[in-house]
Amino acid sequence: MLRFVLGRVLVLIPTFIGVSIIAFAFIRLLPGDPVMLMSGERVMDPERYQRIMHQLGYDRPMPVQYFDYLIGLLSGDFGTSIVTRRPVVQDFFALFPATLELSFCAIVFAVVLGVPAGVLAAVKRGSFYDQAIMSVALVGYSMPIFWWGILLIILFSGILGWTPVSGRISLMYFFPSVTGFMLIDALISGQSGAFRSALSHLILPTIVLGTIPLAVIARQTRSAMLEVLSEDYVRTARAKGLPPSRVVGLHALRNALIPVVTTIGLQVGVLMAGAILTESIFSWPGIGKWMIDSVSKRDYPVIQGGLLIIAAIIMLVNLIVDLLYGLINPRIRHH
Amino acid sequence: MSEVTAPDRIVQSARSARRSMIVEFWHYFSENRGAVIGLVVFGLLVVAAVFAPLIAPHAPNTQYRDSILLPPAWMEGGNSAFLLGTDQVGRDILTRLLYGARYSLFIGIVVVTLSLVSGIILGLIAGYFRGWIDIVIMRLMDVILAFPSLLLALVLVAVLGPGLTNAMIAIALVYQPHFVRLTRASVMSEKTRDYVVAARVSGAGPLRLMTRTILPNCLAPLIVQATLSFSTAVLDAAALGFLGQGAQPPTPEWGTMLAEAREFILRAWWVVTLPGLAILITVLAINLIGDGLRDALDPKLKRS
Repeated sequence: MLRFVLGRVLVLIPTFIGVSIIAFAFIRLLPGDPVMLMSGERVMDPERYQRIMHQLGYDRPMPVQYFDYLIGLLSGDFGTSIVTRRPVVQDFFALFPATLELSFCAIVFAVVLGVPAGVLAAVKRGSFYDQAIMSVALVGYSMPIFWWGILLIILFSGILGWTPVSGRISLMYFFPSVTGFMLIDALISGQSGAFRSALSHLILPTIVLGTIPLAVIARQTRSAMLEVLSEDYVRTARAKGLPPSRVVGLHALRNALIPVVTTIGLQVGVLMAGAILTESIFSWPGIGKWMIDSVSKRDYPVIQGGLLIIAAIIMLVNLIVDLLYGLINPRIRHH
Repeated sequence: MSEVTAPDRIVQSARSARRSMIVEFWHYFSENRGAVIGLVVFGLLVVAAVFAPLIAPHAPNTQYRDSILLPPAWMEGGNSAFLLGTDQVGRDILTRLLYGARYSLFIGIVVVTLSLVSGIILGLIAGYFRGWIDIVIMRLMDVILAFPSLLLALVLVAVLGPGLTNAMIAIALVYQPHFVRLTRASVMSEKTRDYVVAARVSGAGPLRLMTRTILPNCLAPLIVQATLSFSTAVLDAAALGFLGQGAQPPTPEWGTMLAEAREFILRAWWVVTLPGLAILITVLAINLIGDGLRDALDPKLKRS
């Protein structure tokens, strides 16, 4: 087992180095040089330009610069934002809980609806339910979520007036951020209505962000379930006279869920991409909006640092999923 | 006499074998109702895109300043000259949607071609030669896959500058690893088969082995992946347009149209609803075709 874990971790090292090279190269691939970019529209006299170039180390050979960059990363230095003048890491961790809360709700939404829907479709294969569920899943899978979000806003915020249009909580509530998760903080604050307000802000973004994972999970559950249902041991269980609910729930589902767990883990990348769009529609103050704002403000250190941190998080989650998969499925471990 | 006809007969039988393969493929594909519907819708989109200048009632960028934000013709206040209404500067929405089909299909074709060709080349090289070149290529692909596709495309566009061409290059680069992995995996499993060994023994060089002998037998999964990439390319390009980093206004690209119309969502639903619906229908049609192709080309599912 230790060898399995170690092997998986070692494979990640070259990938991480590659990712860091991309992040490093990114700022140097931009037209113009970094100092000119930071100075913006202002004119800079050549002497000062040389001094800053030297100060920031841009006049040294590329490999030396990369090595310094890597050392900086290892000591937690991911650069400083041009706009806020704060370290990128600090901004990242201030905004990350918002994205984490949204992503968590979205994945719960997707699993809670997607797994039963997939099971139902597989058990009633070819029936009206199957066709309806799979049609809806295909539409969800094909959905431009930025448009889906706008439609939901038109319906639920515009016409029905049930949900707020943007933000994480109504402005009338104010309390210190303890955990960074609005739902928990609202509960801790004890202010009446705060939790309700936070929840109502969360509903539409959750649906929008959860739609594609929901469709993917439903489709994956169905096909995994169909595969398992045709196995001999399921037939045996049926032949023994076990009630169908027991065969499906206990024998089949448990094995069908193994590939589904991997699918759920792989949704992290989808969620991060979706967060960019979802947060931008709902003005959700998280990582996705932070990244797109940085792109439009040309805040290059933030783009660079954010890209690296997000890639690192995704790699880490994929590693955990990989290890979990090995834990549930010994065949992988000994392969 | 027979010496002359023998090769002819071989060619003929190869031809009829290919024909029967196509017939068999069509048999399985046409059994899938969704796939056929998808194909029909896609065909209509292609017609709309190709003949947009002939079908469209107006020019895509003409602004009718006296008819701003007109609702669709069937609604109160609608004008039959603007069947699907007009946008915030008085441009005909139907016209812009028809022209938008050109952009979306063009984006899909370019992205898939770029990523498919480069992916096949890299995958063939990696799978055929193995060794250090394989390791280098595959680690590079792992690095690309470590980033969420839309984020990487967004950052690449930030480097290259916003615009449709750069968005397409960025998206193609992001999709390429899937093709490399698929090609490599099939090449590796085909390489040791008897027919490849036979071709090698009879003197075929590496280039011929890779492209003429092995590649045709790896095509099925690549075709399915290409179809799926086509639909995600349309989606991602629209998303980049929506975020202001793809096609730039006044280009009638569907995502860009949505972004321009965002502030009118509560006043004029048609300005945002229709371009999004166009994206959804296009992506849905292509995904339906993709599902049909997968079922028809996958020998594992054929038995039933």
